[in-house]
Amino acid sequence: MSGSPTQTKIGIGATLATAILLLLCVSSTGHATEPTPEAITTLGWWQSIWCMQRWSPYASGIGIGILSWLTFLLSNKAIGVSTAYARTSGMIDKWIEGPQVEEKEYYREYAPKVDWGWMLVAGLFVGAFLSAYLSGDFKIEVVPSLWETHFGDNPFLRLLATFVGGTILGIGARWADGCTSGHGISGTLQLIVSSWIAVMCFLVGGIVTAHLMVHLF
Amino acid sequence: MLERLHSKKPLQLAIGFLVGICFGFLLQRGGVTHYDVLMGQLLLTDWTVVKVMLSGILTGMIGVYLLRIQGLAQIHPKSGSIGSTVIGGLIFGVGFAILGYCPGTIAGAAGQGSLDAFAVGVPGIIFGTWIYANIYPHLNRILKFGEFGQVTFPDLLNLEPKVVVAVAALIILDVLLALEFLAPR
Repeated sequence: MSGSPTQTKIGIGATLATAILLLLCVSSTGHATEPTPEAITTLGWWQSIWCMQRWSPYASGIGIGILSWLTFLLSNKAIGVSTAYARTSGMIDKWIEGPQVEEKEYYREYAPKVDWGWMLVAGLFVGAFLSAYLSGDFKIEVVPSLWETHFGDNPFLRLLATFVGGTILGIGARWADGCTSGHGISGTLQLIVSSWIAVMCFLVGGIVTAHLMVHLF
Repeated sequence: MLERLHSKKPLQLAIGFLVGICFGFLLQRGGVTHYDVLMGQLLLTDWTVVKVMLSGILTGMIGVYLLRIQGLAQIHPKSGSIGSTVIGGLIFGVGFAILGYCPGTIAGAAGQGSLDAFAVGVPGIIFGTWIYANIYPHLNRILKFGEFGQVTFPDLLNLEPKVVVAVAALIILDVLLALEFLAPR
């Protein structure tokens, strides 16, 4: 696997990634508040794109698709998120109970350590912060407005549901061997049968539960 | 060349981090790190999530299979079973609706200032994966029930991958067009 075409393709990929980051840095003059429409018209188009609170879902999706080309090419990996949570749980368990935790059957398969996928989730957090900060969308919030509409503004109820829901989600993600990223985007785009089945089950379980919650409470 | 790149551990961690930054940025700008958008999808009042996912799958699928034809990418098939994929998927769905985020979007929500995600949701998911790690040795029989193996649609249908990609791309495009017509939001 040597020769110039391969190198060119890697070069293009790396350049693309660098260009995206450079653009991000250049325009990160900081917009802690949402710029007024007049302010946006005085900015260059490339800057106004960084200040827009929402991009089209298609722009976001196409970007994620292109990102997946880069992960296959540069890292021979598919984007996935939920193993990072499992590794973190192992790291915390190891910190509390000691090194014998690594001998647990599951942590022998998913070693409690920082890997590519763990760094990806750390980056995800930073990237979302950058996006929200640049567009003025960053907002400290405990009870989301749609939750308030259906279930009231009690923050403790919201936090209780968040913990219970998170726990069930964590069990389900590892039980199904993937989440909305690993199965829902990466698996499906590779045309893997089990991933398409998983996504259908995520949506069926989610849609039924969401409707039950809204109608029962 | 690629193998050498793939084997450089510190560089790979940096690539993972950079990819994560772009991924988080795109998810946040697409709106899918917001509880209201995610829950709106499950209540079928907001179709942003499906639009992001399908356009991502369409773009990714075409590119990854083209890279594969060039010998620059490998497919990583996941195995699955009724006991693992279907039961786990349904458990995931229940958690998804109660929480209102999924594991990727909650990390983004934490970054955009949603304290429910940051302070309680993320620890909740970590706790859930810890429970799973501890019950895992007892789940062997359930997880193996109704295995369908590491199969892709081209294997299953016994067709050339490029044919399946072309047909899948057309179907996804049609669904997206129909969605745009029926559910502009």
